[in-house]
Amino acid sequence: MASTIRVRAIASGDVTEVQALVQHPMDSGFVKDAQGNLIPPHHIEVVDFQHAGKTVFTALWGPAVAKDPYIKFSFKGGQKGDDISVSWVDNKGDSDSLTAKIS
Amino acid sequence: MRLFAAVIGFVCFAAVTQAASTQSDFDAALAGALAAEKDAGALKNQWTTTEQALAAAKKAAAAGDFDAAVKQAKLAEALAKASIAQAKEQDTAWKAGVIH
Amino acid sequence: MLRVIAVLIAALFFAGARPAAAADAVNPDADFKAFRDYFTKKFPKVPLNDFVNGPYSMDAGLRKQWEAIEDFPPYDFAVDRGKDMFATPFKNGKTYGDCFPNKGIGVRQDYPYFDLKTGEVITLELALNRCRETNGEAPYSYLKDEMASLTAYMAFTSRGKPFDIKIPNDPRARVAYENGAKYFYSQRGQLNFSCASCHVQSAGEHIRTEVLAPALGILAAMPIYRSEWGGMGTISRRFVTCNSQVRGVPLEPQDENYRDVEYYLSYMANGLPISGPGARP
Repeated sequence: MASTIRVRAIASGDVTEVQALVQHPMDSGFVKDAQGNLIPPHHIEVVDFQHAGKTVFTALWGPAVAKDPYIKFSFKGGQKGDDISVSWVDNKGDSDSLTAKIS
Repeated sequence: MRLFAAVIGFVCFAAVTQAASTQSDFDAALAGALAAEKDAGALKNQWTTTEQALAAAKKAAAAGDFDAAVKQAKLAEALAKASIAQAKEQDTAWKAGVIH
Repeated sequence: MLRVIAVLIAALFFAGARPAAAADAVNPDADFKAFRDYFTKKFPKVPLNDFVNGPYSMDAGLRKQWEAIEDFPPYDFAVDRGKDMFATPFKNGKTYGDCFPNKGIGVRQDYPYFDLKTGEVITLELALNRCRETNGEAPYSYLKDEMASLTAYMAFTSRGKPFDIKIPNDPRARVAYENGAKYFYSQRGQLNFSCASCHVQSAGEHIRTEVLAPALGILAAMPIYRSEWGGMGTISRRFVTCNSQVRGVPLEPQDENYRDVEYYLSYMANGLPISGPGARP
C-alpha cells in the first residue's frame, strides 16, 4: 500500500529545508456531488514533522486547505543522514506517517 | 374615446386568443425541437444550451406550465437550427482560419 | 453607395468567402512548416522546444510558480500508480507491456499512429483500452483515474523524446489528417469558437485568469494534473471539457473526430520533446 506522503529534506549549513506532498481528498464538506448531495467533510486536521524526537513543525489544517496539499518550510538544525518523520491525522481518525532521511 | 375603447378591446381580445398553450401544443413544439436536435447530433454539432432548453421545456410541461414549456421548446428548436447552420457553414468556412 | 459597399464587404466577411484555393491537395509538410513558422514568428523569444510547456512558455510569472511546483510535482502519485499497474498482470497473466513495442516503455512519442489494417487512427488511450479488452479486462473511463495513471507513466518514460508521428502514403491516412485539421479550425458551440480561436489567434493571451497555451506542442505535456480539476486528466478529458466550455455538447471520448484532431496536433508537434506528465493551473 503506497504511502500518501512524499517528503524531501535537504540540509544546508545549519538549516534544513523540508518539502512534503500529501495525498488526501481534503473535502471541505461544502461541496455537492453530481446528485446534489453534500460530500461529507474529510480533511486532515494535524500534520506533524519531527526531528530528533522534537516537533519542528505543526500544521493545523481544516476545510480551507485544497486537495493533495503541498508544504514547504525550513528549520534550524538537522544534518545529512538524520531522520525526519511526518505524520498526519484527519477528521475521520485516519492517519499516515513516513520517516525519511535528510539529504 | 370609442376608438380607444376599440383598441383596448382588440388588444384584450388578442391577448385572450393567445390562449394558454396546451399539452398538444407542447407535444408539437417538443417534437420539432427534438427533430432539429437529432439532425444537429448527426452533424456532431449540438449545443449545451439547446439541451438545457429541452430539459427546461420538459420540466415545465411536467409541472403543467405549458406556456413556459412551449417557449422553451421553441427556443430549443431555434438553438438546434442555429447549430445546424453553424455546422453547415463551417464545413467549408473552416479553411479560412488555417495557418498558411 | 458607400453603405452598399460596406454591406457587401461585411456579407463577404461573414460568408467566409476567401478566394478558394483550387482543389486543396492535402499537404501535411507545407502545413507543418506554416504552423511552425506562425508560432516562432509570433513568439521569437521562445526557444522552439519550450512551446511544449504551454502557458509557461508565454508568461514569466506563471513559469516561476510552475518551476516551484515541479520541485514536487502533483502528478507523482499518478506516475507511481501507472508504474504499479504496468507491473501487475491481467487475470490471464499478460501485462500492458505485451500490447506495445518495447514493452510500452519509451514509446509514447509514436502515438497516435494510423493503422493501415483497420484504417483508423490509434491513440495511446485507445490502444490501452483495446489492450485491456483483448486480455479479457473491462475498459477504463478515458477521462481520468486509471487511464491518466497509465498514460502518465508511459509519458514519463518518454520524457525528452521527440514526437515522431507518421502519415503513411495512404489516402485514408491523409483523410484522417485532413479531418483533424478541419476539426481544429471549425468553429463550434454556442460561443462559436474553434480550437484555433484560443490556441492560435489568442495564444499567450488571457481568458479570464488563464493564459492560453500555443497549439504548437500542446499535447506534449499530457496527461496533466490540473489544479482546476484537483486531479489528473487525459487528452480525452481535455477535448471533452474544451467542447463544453464553448457550449458544445462533447463527443464520446475517442470519437473519430477527437482521434483525428489528436493525430493532426501531434503531427504538427513532430520533433518537439515529450514533456509529460504535466502540471497546469
